[in-house]
Amino acid sequence: MKIPYFPGCTLSTTARGFDNAVRASAMTLGVELVELPEWNCCGATFPLLVDNAIDLIGPAEVLYKASQEGQQLATACTTCYNVVKRTNRTLKEDGDMLDKVNYFLEHDSDYEGSVEVLDVVQILRDEVGWDEVREAVKKPLDGLKVAAYYGCMVVRPPDEVAYDDPDDPTSLDDMLSALGGQRVAWPHKTECCGAYLAVKSPEVTREMSYAVLSSAIRNGAELIVANCPLCQFNLDRQQQTMSQRYAGYEPIPVLYYAQLLGLALGLDGSGYDLDKTTVDARPLLGRVGLL
Amino acid sequence: MTAQTVTRSEENAPISKVLVIGAGIAGMQAALDVANAGYSVLLVDRLPSIGGHMAQLSETFPTLDCAQCILTPRTVEVGHHDNIQLMTYSEVESVEGKLGNFRVVVRRDPAYVDWDVCTGCGACTEKCPKRVISAQFEVSMGRRKAIYTLSPQAVPNKPVIDVGNCIWFQRGKCRVCEKVCPTGAINYDQEAYTLEERVGAIIVATGYDLYPVVNLGEYGGDQVPDVIDGLAFERLLSSSGPTAGKVRRPSDGKEPKEVVFVQCAGSRDPELHMPYCSKICCMYTAKHAMLYKHRVHDGQAYVFYIDIRSAGKRYEEFVQRAMEEDDTLYLRGKVSKIFRDGDKTVVWGTDTLIGQNIEIAADLVVLATAMVPRLEGKLVAQMLDLPTDENGWILPAEDNIQPVETRWPGIFLAGAASGPKDIPETVAQASGAAGKVLSLFARWGREQEREGQLQTSPEAERLAYA
Repeated sequence: MKIPYFPGCTLSTTARGFDNAVRASAMTLGVELVELPEWNCCGATFPLLVDNAIDLIGPAEVLYKASQEGQQLATACTTCYNVVKRTNRTLKEDGDMLDKVNYFLEHDSDYEGSVEVLDVVQILRDEVGWDEVREAVKKPLDGLKVAAYYGCMVVRPPDEVAYDDPDDPTSLDDMLSALGGQRVAWPHKTECCGAYLAVKSPEVTREMSYAVLSSAIRNGAELIVANCPLCQFNLDRQQQTMSQRYAGYEPIPVLYYAQLLGLALGLDGSGYDLDKTTVDARPLLGRVGLL
Repeated sequence: MTAQTVTRSEENAPISKVLVIGAGIAGMQAALDVANAGYSVLLVDRLPSIGGHMAQLSETFPTLDCAQCILTPRTVEVGHHDNIQLMTYSEVESVEGKLGNFRVVVRRDPAYVDWDVCTGCGACTEKCPKRVISAQFEVSMGRRKAIYTLSPQAVPNKPVIDVGNCIWFQRGKCRVCEKVCPTGAINYDQEAYTLEERVGAIIVATGYDLYPVVNLGEYGGDQVPDVIDGLAFERLLSSSGPTAGKVRRPSDGKEPKEVVFVQCAGSRDPELHMPYCSKICCMYTAKHAMLYKHRVHDGQAYVFYIDIRSAGKRYEEFVQRAMEEDDTLYLRGKVSKIFRDGDKTVVWGTDTLIGQNIEIAADLVVLATAMVPRLEGKLVAQMLDLPTDENGWILPAEDNIQPVETRWPGIFLAGAASGPKDIPETVAQASGAAGKVLSLFARWGREQEREGQLQTSPEAERLAYA
């Protein structure tokens, strides 16, 4: 199947490895992510103002472009997913807002709120299925203990974005099980990493990320996988200074689920930017035979 | 409202007998009030024995009376009352007719024990080799046999066989209960039967249930063993309960030294759960904290609350006592998450008075889960064509001034079927419903007497005093 795909800014720049891995993995599993011919930034935060028309223009433009290509839109960046999904809902439910936004969009035709926004994980779960994924695995994870980290973007607000149990999501865990990994039960799987506070109050983000990381480690994880570029960045990069701040802290690698998926499917990981993380996952991946 | 009168002919004389659906404290009180006035009552309960949720409680607020001790005299009175026809293990299948003359069909499920022959000696239960978790009465805190009574004080004190767990019914072997029964009361071929009765009025006392913990994903969704609900904690506190009143946590049977009580678990949460206040939780949580401290002197109880609703005579003083005399630490804020970490149950909450997040590594967590209408109550409401509100509580005719009447003359409400209520309020309402029924019966009696005097037929005279 082919699905229009919106990579977003981060997956075109710092998270290039995620983009490469997700496209190649999906393709191997029979899902072709077709990049929108022209696209713009989604805005990166969903506006909470009452009169938020102008902030909805960016994501609405993405939705309009998608509507010219098909009925669905796939995203891999969960921030894009969250923003575009919520914008779509607003436009669907608020006719006045839809009119206003269409007025600003200045296209020949109007956007009608018809596109369904999907996270790639959701597509793999519902369109491919974990059993299919299991059968496609070439290099099983060999019992690697992987903590699946969901963050905020695919679970909150639940009625607007969640495609999984918002209190105890399992889609990534199910994927990891299909890949031959061992799931880790841990309480911080949907706790916030600190997000944008990394810019304004880095110490707050460091503490929040530390809570997430140390919880994964305490519960036996050897590796963490994330679905969100900002989560991956915070959890990985904050570890630069963690051993100095927290006595006895042992770093843990943080990857995107797609990187692990691609490697387990036996794909060439040279475009996955595995050399760009602060905590190098390659020794661990080598040990279980993925590299 | 329609006048509560009926036109009468010889065969259509109103029947001074009431059907009470549900034999918890509400149904029992209503039944006793009517029966003690000299009228007949048909009292039906789904369970094998009467007493409802109150039979599960340890002590009651604000007096700390032993619930069993104040309940048992009533259950026994109900069980022996000449005017009360008690049908337990039974459900009302259909109701037709109207004020003065309802035709009701009651189905009695097979107990596989002939209760007329059974003496209640308990030999079958004692010798039954199959032990199962008592999910219902003991709220999974204890076990029972496959042939069982709900409690040692059960009224009627006659056992039933749980077919789903009985070795004979499942695997065709065993029959131990049959062998040990001294009166030959066991009957594996017993079948359900229905009984048709005519009554003049109906009291609906179907009660409540607790909101299932499995719905509270944020509090572990029933996956964390040491997170239990309020009724389960009642069973742990009850001296006739599975732990003989010793507080023991489910996971490993240890005595918990730090217990967190979470109020409004599923109540006052329009976004995810029930929008309303369940009304009794502030009080029973204070009671729980107090009783816990009385049993575990070196223990610490914490209570997370949104605010304390202790409106009632001697209620506020009771909560103050929990705080001051029993050192309960009250924290004003909601709990966001509960999870298991090692053998601890970690509670994340917030204290809005100091503006800080709080983490407590507890040994046991008790959720004061919301009161919700019973499924059976909703079915009864459907059967009687009684409207329910958006949460399933049965609507009275008028919330303010007709709390026990319904849209149908002759059908009344008692207790928690119409919304959360504590025991005193339930009992008062049950007596109110009984009073409404009695005023109908008294009038019908008078009218029949008057007609009898006019006609002076012996038949009419007999009817007047029926």
